[in-house]
Amino acid sequence: MTRTGFVIANLFRKRVRTLLTLLSVIMAFLLFGLLQSVNTIFSSGADFVGATRLFVQARVSFTTALPLSMVPKLEAIPGVARVAYQQWFGGVVLKTNAQLIMFALDPQRYHDVYSEWKMPEAQWQAFERTRTGLIVGRQLANQFGWKVGQKVPISSNIWPQKNGSKAWEFDLVGIFDGKDEDWQKRTNLAFMQQDYFEEANQFGIKGRTNFFILKLADGANAEAISKTVDAMFENSPDETKTQTEKDFNISFVKQIGDIGLMVRWILFAVFFTLLLVVGNTMAQSVRERVPELAVLKTLGFSDRSVLGFVLAEAFALVLAGGLVGMVLASLAGAWVEKATGGQFLLEVNGAVWSLGVAAIVLMSLAVGLLPALRARRLKIVDALAGH
Amino acid sequence: MSEPMVQVHNVTKVYERGRQKIEVLHGLTLDIPKGDFVALMGPSGSGKTTLLNLIGGLDKPTSGEITVGGRRIDQLGSGQLANWRAHNVGFVFQFYNLMPVLTAEGNVELPLLLTKLSGAQRRKNVSVALEVVGLADRAKHKPRELSGGQEQRVAIARALVSDPQLLVCDEPTGDLDRKTADEILGLLQVLNRDHGKTIVIVTHDPKAAEFARRTLHLEKGQLLEQAA
Repeated sequence: MTRTGFVIANLFRKRVRTLLTLLSVIMAFLLFGLLQSVNTIFSSGADFVGATRLFVQARVSFTTALPLSMVPKLEAIPGVARVAYQQWFGGVVLKTNAQLIMFALDPQRYHDVYSEWKMPEAQWQAFERTRTGLIVGRQLANQFGWKVGQKVPISSNIWPQKNGSKAWEFDLVGIFDGKDEDWQKRTNLAFMQQDYFEEANQFGIKGRTNFFILKLADGANAEAISKTVDAMFENSPDETKTQTEKDFNISFVKQIGDIGLMVRWILFAVFFTLLLVVGNTMAQSVRERVPELAVLKTLGFSDRSVLGFVLAEAFALVLAGGLVGMVLASLAGAWVEKATGGQFLLEVNGAVWSLGVAAIVLMSLAVGLLPALRARRLKIVDALAGH
Repeated sequence: MSEPMVQVHNVTKVYERGRQKIEVLHGLTLDIPKGDFVALMGPSGSGKTTLLNLIGGLDKPTSGEITVGGRRIDQLGSGQLANWRAHNVGFVFQFYNLMPVLTAEGNVELPLLLTKLSGAQRRKNVSVALEVVGLADRAKHKPRELSGGQEQRVAIARALVSDPQLLVCDEPTGDLDRKTADEILGLLQVLNRDHGKTIVIVTHDPKAAEFARRTLHLEKGQLLEQAA
């Protein structure tokens, strides 16, 4: 027998209680792993995008469209190399109900601004000249098994066609990849022609877009240009808000709500409950065996050793549950990613694991320290006499 | 038997319960030679268990000196006292106080975790200790699978395994029937006679006391001889 063996034997003195507590720890860390990875998605500003592009949207909200007549004015600003624009289309893949992240845009301009998307030049050209052309990212193509040349039926609840039909039919003319791993992870996008959108949408929306993307010239001062743009349209019917692409990405996801804050509150509730459950188990476990702890001290185990035994039990319990929970979270994350064809990247990565390990250590201390100190303070004579 | 194992000199022990101070031992002096087998008797509250706890280093006197095996234990700090107990004294309790989650051999091995012995050496010592108390065939059994007498034998094996010279036993037969109690006391006699262990037991049972070489009576915190 070893000290570790003794700790484990004590842990399973009441098997049902320990297993139930273990289950609650596993569930808490499963939730922690998944929610923390969601939090990472929503709080990361896509650091890899850099600051070579600015996003211009209506000051009120990006749902308010801006006129395309702004393009020449924007392009005239010193430091702006090229301007592209994107109009939200959304859309659902018919018969699957899968939501798409899809925009209407000018193919040439977009190609000029986004060199990160890699696609054969012939496919870019096909996209330019095909009114009903559609290009999609590799992830999306893989998810639905789409091949270049096929028809892709997409339904839009926001933008019915002039004939009243919600179903739009596109010709898939290109599939693009990302220039590296980070960009490849974002190939869950789809793009259609702005011209087709303007001609076919029932509301006659024409000459307007949700946002402009400014590609900056080398050495251009992003902050100064951003201020120039907003000043240029100040007090006009189309006041703007200009920010870097990274900031835009963050504010875009925050339109849904402050996910990070929500996740933190949920995790707080989960861990607070866990603290009570495991803390109570540990306190009960120590209370039940006060005489045994006194015997350990009688046999010559020091106060510190007895404190160590109780802390080790708390640590073993939280560690076992925490590791199983985190592994399950990793598996669940991978499954979600696979099931959504990479649309939802629920990756329990190294950063989430590091936080998980820190949570395991903190939780062990939080639930084990008080009972351990109580065990340490026990006076042998009183404990043996049942006081 | 003239070399002293335990020397208690002018020991006083006062307990504080709230505002109340209770003096349990009043300037008690006692010598127990090496190899002695002493029974401490007396009515409840006379201070028997308190004296035993002081001799075993479980508690400290309020005043006075206690020397065991040539070492002043009343001056040791809590950590030093724990270390001293691990190597110098074995304890046997009325209710055995075995660890229910461990087997008999696990219980006996427990004090050896405080030594630097290898796993193999520990297992060997455990096996010898269980052999001495006649429970080698019960090594893999947990306490709940043993009778009271067997549990007490395991407790004695645990007290013996680190080979202390002094055994202190608090009512070791208080929870056993007469026949089993006599077996346990016989075992203690063998340990005293054949293995040279100095044994101090607290008992209410005059028949149990008969197994000791001598009996000391305590009353109101003093040895009767001293009181007289």
